[in-house]
Amino acid sequence: MNPVELKYNKEHEYAKTEGNIVTFGITDHAQESLGDVVFVELPEVGDRVTAGESYGTVESVKAVSDITASVSGKVVEVNTLVIDSPELLNSDPYGDGWLIKVEAENLSPLDTLMTAAEYEEFVAEEEH
Amino acid sequence: MAELKRTPLYEEHKAAKAKLIDFGGWEMPVQYSGVIEEHQAVRKNAGLFDVSHMGEIDVQGKDALSFVQRIITNDASKLEDGKILYSPMCYPDGGIVDDLLVYQHTPEHFLLVVNASNTAKDFSWILEQVDNFQVTVENISDQYAQLALQGPQAEKILQGLTNVDLSALKYYTFCYGEVDDIRCLISRTGYTGEDGFEIYASSQSARQLWRRILEVGSAKGIQPIGLGARDTLRFEARLPLYGNELGENITPLEAGLGIFVKLDKSDFIGRDVLLKQKEQGVPRKLVGLEMIGRGIARSHYPLQKNGEEIGFVTSGSYSPTLDKNIALGLIRTDLAVLGETVDVVIRGKAVQAKIIPSLFYKRS
Repeated sequence: MNPVELKYNKEHEYAKTEGNIVTFGITDHAQESLGDVVFVELPEVGDRVTAGESYGTVESVKAVSDITASVSGKVVEVNTLVIDSPELLNSDPYGDGWLIKVEAENLSPLDTLMTAAEYEEFVAEEEH
Repeated sequence: MAELKRTPLYEEHKAAKAKLIDFGGWEMPVQYSGVIEEHQAVRKNAGLFDVSHMGEIDVQGKDALSFVQRIITNDASKLEDGKILYSPMCYPDGGIVDDLLVYQHTPEHFLLVVNASNTAKDFSWILEQVDNFQVTVENISDQYAQLALQGPQAEKILQGLTNVDLSALKYYTFCYGEVDDIRCLISRTGYTGEDGFEIYASSQSARQLWRRILEVGSAKGIQPIGLGARDTLRFEARLPLYGNELGENITPLEAGLGIFVKLDKSDFIGRDVLLKQKEQGVPRKLVGLEMIGRGIARSHYPLQKNGEEIGFVTSGSYSPTLDKNIALGLIRTDLAVLGETVDVVIRGKAVQAKIIPSLFYKRS
């Protein structure tokens, strides 16, 4: 199940907001369709990411997938655990498999994202 | 979009909740439990693959042997009844039409097994070469299902279902026999780097065969395997894939398949160019690469040395057996030196890789 406190984009990524800090990750559906994740490329702390633009890549054995920032801002923390253990994206996408934390310049882009219920509907439609 | 073709095992894959993809016009399972788990099942125990999409072309007639000799680069005169030969098949310019297995029933009857996505192209190419040869060429792909049973436990599993003495069936030979009372052509071949069999049977019997092998093999750790692991398995064992290591703009000598090009046999299509290339040296060579920098080299990524383009990646992946990111690349021969480094251009960024021996995995 997709946690209700998160927001979701159409690229199957989530954003978790705590104050002005937003955590990015990929959804359970994303990890499921990618298959075994074997490589993650992330920005460094201090880099700036831009809402709607790619900030890195997640690669499974067979596929390369861009990851997209939900808000603009400075990267304040990078999950180094997933660099060495990319399989965490498969086993715990909403927990230990998070990717980066960004200090949002503006939280309003999150308003355009989907709720968990909307996202589940979106996934069902996409699979149809 | 044209309707995807399905193998006789389509319903089995659906029931097993396999992830299905379009592979060369076929709706095929890319994975069941997961690529890495499936890969390791084949290396450690056994795996069963549906490869019914592969093409089968039957060549019969008085001139069958000389005709086969004409269209392939390897020497079919070395074959005996019940033996199998691997060979590239070339265009006059030395580029590769396809790579295939040649099964000799008799010197007047051969079975050619070709790549799924090339079947139609191969069939018309072969027909065009018939000319004055007394042969009939038939595309019999739709009549056959093909299952590959691969892995260290393959022989034990299959022996449980057949009276054929499999221990006597040597690598690259085949025979006919009953598997669970189904008439099959049993071939000791494969595309994984492991011991194993490729089993040809009528399309109608495919589901029974599939189920029975999985049933009997379950105690020995067998798993159904998708095309994802089929690719990583063949890649680790440096078995070339058409469209990656092989293609119409790549010669078998460049692809490292020189031992399957017999320039001293009777004349064959592509011989002149290949002979010249052998004498003058190949312009490009296939090398193994191990990533030094972070990243995975993927098929068709450019390869550079000091900023200059020197070739491209033919296949690249995370290797489940080695737990490393490795690749095969076709590069300028003068730079194909073991231990030297090259740059893989990954999304515009140069990432360093080292040239290593390309046989990444060999079974012990």
